[in-house]
Amino acid sequence: MDEFLNITQQLLTGFGENCFLFIITLVSAIPLGLIISMGSMSRFVPLKAVTKTFVWIIRGTPLMLQLFVVFYVPPLMSDGEFVFSRMNAAIVAFIINYAAYFSEIFRGGIEAVPKGQYEAGQVLGMTKTQIFFKVILMQVIKRITAPVGNEVITLVKDTSLASVIAIPEILMNAKDFSMEGLIWPLFYSAVFFLLFCGVLTILFSFLEKKLNYYKG
Amino acid sequence: MSILNVENIQKSFGKNEVLKNISFSLEKGEVLAIIGSSGSGKTTLLRCLNFLETPDKGRIIVNGETLLDADKNTKRNEKEIRRKRLHFGLVFQSFNLFPQYSVISNISLAPLLMAKEQLKNEGEYMGEKTYRAAAEKIRENVLSLLKKVGLSEKKDEYPGNLSGGQQQRVAIARALALDPDVLCFDEPTSALDPELTGEVLNVIRGLKSSDSTMIVVTHEIEFARDVADKIIFMDSGVIAEEGTPQEVIINPKNPRTREFLARFNQNFS
Repeated sequence: MDEFLNITQQLLTGFGENCFLFIITLVSAIPLGLIISMGSMSRFVPLKAVTKTFVWIIRGTPLMLQLFVVFYVPPLMSDGEFVFSRMNAAIVAFIINYAAYFSEIFRGGIEAVPKGQYEAGQVLGMTKTQIFFKVILMQVIKRITAPVGNEVITLVKDTSLASVIAIPEILMNAKDFSMEGLIWPLFYSAVFFLLFCGVLTILFSFLEKKLNYYKG
Repeated sequence: MSILNVENIQKSFGKNEVLKNISFSLEKGEVLAIIGSSGSGKTTLLRCLNFLETPDKGRIIVNGETLLDADKNTKRNEKEIRRKRLHFGLVFQSFNLFPQYSVISNISLAPLLMAKEQLKNEGEYMGEKTYRAAAEKIRENVLSLLKKVGLSEKKDEYPGNLSGGQQQRVAIARALALDPDVLCFDEPTSALDPELTGEVLNVIRGLKSSDSTMIVVTHEIEFARDVADKIIFMDSGVIAEEGTPQEVIINPKNPRTREFLARFNQNFS
């Protein structure tokens, strides 16, 4: 029993790191993703090209590689002057990575709203800001709830990638136990993820139901 | 004085000249029907009037006020355009109702936003000093508009639960809520099942008797003949023929008009 409590406590401490990384990434990557999506829809061609290239690079390379780059490259380039702490490096890499994915979801959602919705707002004398906030935004939110939910659930599990730059997150702890010959903590760690993702799934399906009050 | 004067409007998309020198005028309370084959520039003309497109040349004058003079390179800021737009209303072929709002909110959204803005800037909206009073006035107006289009009992429905004809009637009420000088219809029945066109056309007929000035782009030749005071037949960007229904539909002079009407008679007889 002591062993169980001890292992539970260690895994929980590890899971705290995962949750911390998850929350910070989520609250930063969503607004950043919105800004990036504006860039990729811009009519100013250079901005659009830069944004598209950025998104291509981030989505086209492994998150693990991005973690390595953010953590190892700055100190190597600056003779050790500039160093990210492990967690800060993970936060930076995760925010950039997820903002790129979110930006594509937002772009898709915004572009899927028919042009007629903007024009209807225009001929009714509404300003661009009013059209976006009063007419377009709600329709975008409805369209993107499912893909955003997907991405958020992926993020929960991706946080364990932080172990590659030696952040003591839950899987790293569980793996350490297995090295000592204890296999069950590995499965036990899965329970934490399952519970967390289960709660998120319920939350998102609740949101989807809420938004189902209208068709279209 | 005419309520609307359109002078020498020209519009090209790239090399494609869609409108070549369009001029016409409209008196208050008149109904103008614009007929013609697809691609003749009818819709583009309406979009120019509603500032969704900017003409390359020409002038648009409403009640003696020049709203647009494409030859003068005046600065066009958003606020000015918004104000000028309000002289016109537009009912789209595909309704374009806001799906997330109930029928009543679809109609009152724009007037409420306008009331808020005017109260802030001028301290008054249609004689009301407070938002609450303005909102009450708007609501009353919206309810009477819904009655006019025969949809009072649908006021709390969402557009997705309405038939096409009902949606288009809501769209008409929405355009009327801002009390435009000229109400434009862009093929208002083209997206509807044949059995639903009648209800929409009847609403437009009803508006004629309440003295609204209207421009209706339509393929409903019979409707145009019965309701319009004036008919324009457009063909590849020019006004090929213009006159009373009697002149244009019953006794067309231009061979293109005859050809077009003959095709219609073939299809619908």
